[in-house]
Amino acid sequence: MALISTAVTLDAMRGSRRRRRKERIVKAAFAAAAVVGLVISIAIVLALAGEAAIWLTKIDLGWLWSDGWFPRTNDFDLLTLFAGTMMVAFIAMAVAAPIGLGAAMYLSEYAKPRNRRVLKPIIETLAGIPSVVLGYFALTVINPDLVQKVFTGTGAFNFLSAGIAVGILTIPLVATVAEDAMFAVPGSLREAAYGIGARRRTVTTHVVVPAAVSGIVAGLILGFARAVGETMVVAIAAGATGGAVRTFNPLEGGQTMTGAISSLAIGSDQVRGSGNAFLALYFVGLLLFAITFVLNIASERLVRRIRHTY
Amino acid sequence: MAEILVPNATRSTVEAALRGKHVDVRGRLFSALLLASLLVALAFLVMLLVTTAITAWPVFADRGLEFVRSDTSTIESRAGVAQGLFGSIVLVGFVAVVALPLGVAAAIYLQEFARDTRLNRLLITNVRNLAGVPSIVFGILGLVVFVQALRGITGPDTYGRSFISGGLTLSVLVMPIAILVTMEALRAVPSSIREAAYGVGATRWEVVRSHVLPYAAPGIFTGAILSLARAFGETAPLLLVGAVTGYFSSPTGQGPLEILQGKYTALPTQIYAWAKLPGDEWRQNTAAAIMVLLTAILLVNLIAILLRNRYERKW
Repeated sequence: MALISTAVTLDAMRGSRRRRRKERIVKAAFAAAAVVGLVISIAIVLALAGEAAIWLTKIDLGWLWSDGWFPRTNDFDLLTLFAGTMMVAFIAMAVAAPIGLGAAMYLSEYAKPRNRRVLKPIIETLAGIPSVVLGYFALTVINPDLVQKVFTGTGAFNFLSAGIAVGILTIPLVATVAEDAMFAVPGSLREAAYGIGARRRTVTTHVVVPAAVSGIVAGLILGFARAVGETMVVAIAAGATGGAVRTFNPLEGGQTMTGAISSLAIGSDQVRGSGNAFLALYFVGLLLFAITFVLNIASERLVRRIRHTY
Repeated sequence: MAEILVPNATRSTVEAALRGKHVDVRGRLFSALLLASLLVALAFLVMLLVTTAITAWPVFADRGLEFVRSDTSTIESRAGVAQGLFGSIVLVGFVAVVALPLGVAAAIYLQEFARDTRLNRLLITNVRNLAGVPSIVFGILGLVVFVQALRGITGPDTYGRSFISGGLTLSVLVMPIAILVTMEALRAVPSSIREAAYGVGATRWEVVRSHVLPYAAPGIFTGAILSLARAFGETAPLLLVGAVTGYFSSPTGQGPLEILQGKYTALPTQIYAWAKLPGDEWRQNTAAAIMVLLTAILLVNLIAILLRNRYERKW
């Protein structure tokens, strides 16, 4: 057997110069693509914050507290929008949390593998339905066939039917995040519980759910953030196009943060009366961005916690 | 063998527990409740499809494909979705050309090249947050950047309210989603595949190109299809960057650049505009437009899911 006689030099270890240069170029190109994401978020913050600051200097801060949201007459009552948004989001969670978590528990703990393979894609299909379609569904089915039957005398546009539709939209998000968290709970924990005689229900509620709780809460927070940011359902089914009186009654129609932004954007002739009206869009957008940003950060912390544990 | 002496009462209780037909009522009830919540979610889907299809039926029965071929109109019986469908396809094409390559490249960097530095962790957290930002906020970004600041490029004659603005806005919206699904697909490739390539002296890029990407391709492809479906149904940001909600006529005989800088609408935008119009005929038109939109989206979703099920690997 012949011995390898050539000495391994440092230069030979480095490989060919051409390959090294190609490697550097490729890496730089990919890194540039990754930085685009950061640029986008900086652009969002700058675009919103800059215009919102201009708006705040133009208006009288007293205008932010009045009887309703009427941009044309300089009534920019933020509480009107906030109350509308929160009503829709909480109604949505009242629908999505029980149904989404129930579906997640069934898929993760009860369904046979074969059924799981069929049921999970169907839930994902529900996630693919555009929100504008659910807006139409709220207006033509949920409101006349459900809300107006139960609460007679309710108008064509109200927060309740919009909230239910947003809830349907949020079910898949809550279900998939929660299901991922429960499915990630190691089988040994379940087996330990079965070993001491626990039933499936006890294992689910006393072992799996507590172990996956941070993922479940993260799913609920993400769903809530989604409901806060939902636009089309609210724009179609919740009513107010130009302005809205402040209300805390979910059976009435009104305006939300997202609804206010979209109607300011498309109804430019309605609000032409005041030069301040259009710029209000940026301020509301900034508030919306801040709220969802905090919610997203919170849910990511929670998801990371469950990844660390298992 | 000595028999173990136990009181008869205990013996019978134990036997009953082991052999008996004891039914766990609460357990059954609980599982039925869970199944019911799953079925309720499915019922919503079925109800949505059935009611919309029933409402839409007269339109398709009377007009057939003519509905898909007609332009927007103020007259109920002549309004069609041709412009919306064309607009949506152009917008999705834009996303496919701009957002998908950028998204895949960014994901490759973050998953395969990036070391665990503070900057790279910031980039990943940032992408996750962007994916959760409400779509209407992206619309505001598009309004400021593409419609107002870059008006000269995006649409000199249309005040910046053009296909280019709409397409770029949707691309910005879809990119974070594309990054996340691609990273997920790359993460699923086991490290032994990479190590094998490193072992024979491949550089990092060679490892990615010839080993990681081929294995991750089905996952990346599925994710890409789903993000395009998302772009197809997105409405809110387009309202801010000027998709036409009313009637307009598409000029004929223009070059590609003029079309891209011209007025546009999209199928979901048309649905939004029509849903607000009064009268049964508009309601039927809206339902028919929704059927066109849902057919496209559900078909695309189905293809993506079938692809995934077919190529899914267990390592």
